[in-house]
Amino acid sequence: MGMTMSEKILAKASRRSEVKAGEIVWVKVDIAMMHDLLGPWLVDGAFKRLGGKLFDKEKVVVVSDHCTPPATVHQADILKCTRDWARLQELSYYYEFEGPCHQVIAEHGHVRPGRLILGTDSHTCMAGGLGAFATGIGSTEMVGVLLTGETWLKVPETIKVIWEGKLPEGVYSKDIVLKTIKDLGHAGATYQTLEFSGTAIEGLSIDDRFVLSNMAVEAGAKTGLIKTDEKVIDYLRSRGITEEIELIHSDPDASYSRVLQYNASELEPQVACPHEVDNVHGISAVEGISVDQVYLGSCTNGRISDLRTAAEILKGKKVSKNIRCLVVPASQHIWMEANKEGILDVLTEAGCIVNMPSCGACGGFTSGVIGAGEVVMSSSNRNFRGRMGSPNGEVYLGSPATVAATAIEGRIADPRNYLMKEVY
Amino acid sequence: MTVIIRGRVWKYGDNINTDIISPGQFMSLPIEKQAEHAMSAIDPKFSKKVKPGDILVAGNNFGSGSSRETAQMVLKHLQVGAIVACSFARIFYRNSINVGLPVVEMEDTSVIKEGEELEIDLLAGRIINHTQTSEYKGTKLPEHLIEMVELGGLEPYLAKRLAGDNL
Repeated sequence: MGMTMSEKILAKASRRSEVKAGEIVWVKVDIAMMHDLLGPWLVDGAFKRLGGKLFDKEKVVVVSDHCTPPATVHQADILKCTRDWARLQELSYYYEFEGPCHQVIAEHGHVRPGRLILGTDSHTCMAGGLGAFATGIGSTEMVGVLLTGETWLKVPETIKVIWEGKLPEGVYSKDIVLKTIKDLGHAGATYQTLEFSGTAIEGLSIDDRFVLSNMAVEAGAKTGLIKTDEKVIDYLRSRGITEEIELIHSDPDASYSRVLQYNASELEPQVACPHEVDNVHGISAVEGISVDQVYLGSCTNGRISDLRTAAEILKGKKVSKNIRCLVVPASQHIWMEANKEGILDVLTEAGCIVNMPSCGACGGFTSGVIGAGEVVMSSSNRNFRGRMGSPNGEVYLGSPATVAATAIEGRIADPRNYLMKEVY
Repeated sequence: MTVIIRGRVWKYGDNINTDIISPGQFMSLPIEKQAEHAMSAIDPKFSKKVKPGDILVAGNNFGSGSSRETAQMVLKHLQVGAIVACSFARIFYRNSINVGLPVVEMEDTSVIKEGEELEIDLLAGRIINHTQTSEYKGTKLPEHLIEMVELGGLEPYLAKRLAGDNL
């Protein structure tokens, strides 16, 4: 019997030739990632009590992204603590004000196929878009990783999610993942890997694949993986990685706990309604619902391709007077690309407010949280009660295109109306 | 970690996620301040009414969402004795064991009512309802975690491991 991608990566991480789903293995961690809000200010106490010596300065990456820019003194204190800790530990890699950690570690080449990456954030699984086995851990577990470079993991079973065919215009990887989460349910993949495959997935850019792996955890999954191909190599080369890259994929006779099959050409834009990510409906069921704010950003959907899509829809149009449209590029690099391409001008002229790269309002931290009774249409990943601010607010999730169309109308809108070429 | 826990039940439904337990907007506050807002989105009086040793009983998928250990920290600060749920989200379950917050899975928690008195034997996976004088089967801890739980969580376990004990 062959091995899944998860089994292959965890076999390598546990220095064994073969492991099987269900086994508990001790693994060596390739990258340990922390961010400011769940990093040094929470781990340092136990870290010091246990000796305070890092297993490898080159393999610990810290990204300050949740408290940036600090909106309160408490956030500023956490940020300072993080920065001071990175300096004291002489970390080779500390980033701040550069954008959400998952995007930053991908852009800086820390994410590679076959690596085992553990981070103090549940969306660490995004790295699976480049073929790394990546998952979220808590701060206490991170203490152990920082000291020893090891932890135990149960080798997960894998659910194979196959999307064949070609996505229609106005329908994106966000719609694929929302539909998948709807069908699996928000706990449907707990303890398991979601492995996305099929011609529709192969056709996606790395930017768009990241959306799938990022949101795997919203179905409870341990990680989300996508077979690596030439696009992964091109991405890493474009980020300055010159070393040899070993591609990784599941064996044809690997064993899956479940297989879901879809035809992408039949998919319409999807929207996750309050207050669960699996409360997903086709756009026609929610069109016309009034919003107070739209949010285009986050580690899920704030990449250059997302900003291009939004700009295509908003070019020459105006954001509804009744709402705020916040745009948050997912990294400084993306901000610069968007600036060079004139996208920031297009969006600003349309009435959007472009904020600096950060986790921002996605988790209710800074810059654009919502008040009681307010409704948001967001391109981010979670719509839990209170997620973006008031527990009496409401968050809808959709693709960047759906967000942009909604910005124009001030009500949830079908992006296809702004993209389809009229046919007579 | 105590392996026998006895306390009064506070009852909740499915999908009690980490944003409910530990809302993002308060996460930069000191833990004692964050704890005042624990569960507030669905139960504003929770932090005032919960007493040391009380047990939270919930439905499916408890602790879904974020990897934030502030969720465990606020519940521990309020001295919650244990959580019994039909199922837990993966990271929450793991974090709870690591910090010594007892978590037990039980197939159908709907038989337990708010205000009842439970006693949990963590290692045996047994739950006694003293109010109803009934007994339920909970899932046992995975074997490889028993020693960690007996030692009180990951930190003492790591201390032992780093001291050279071959665990």
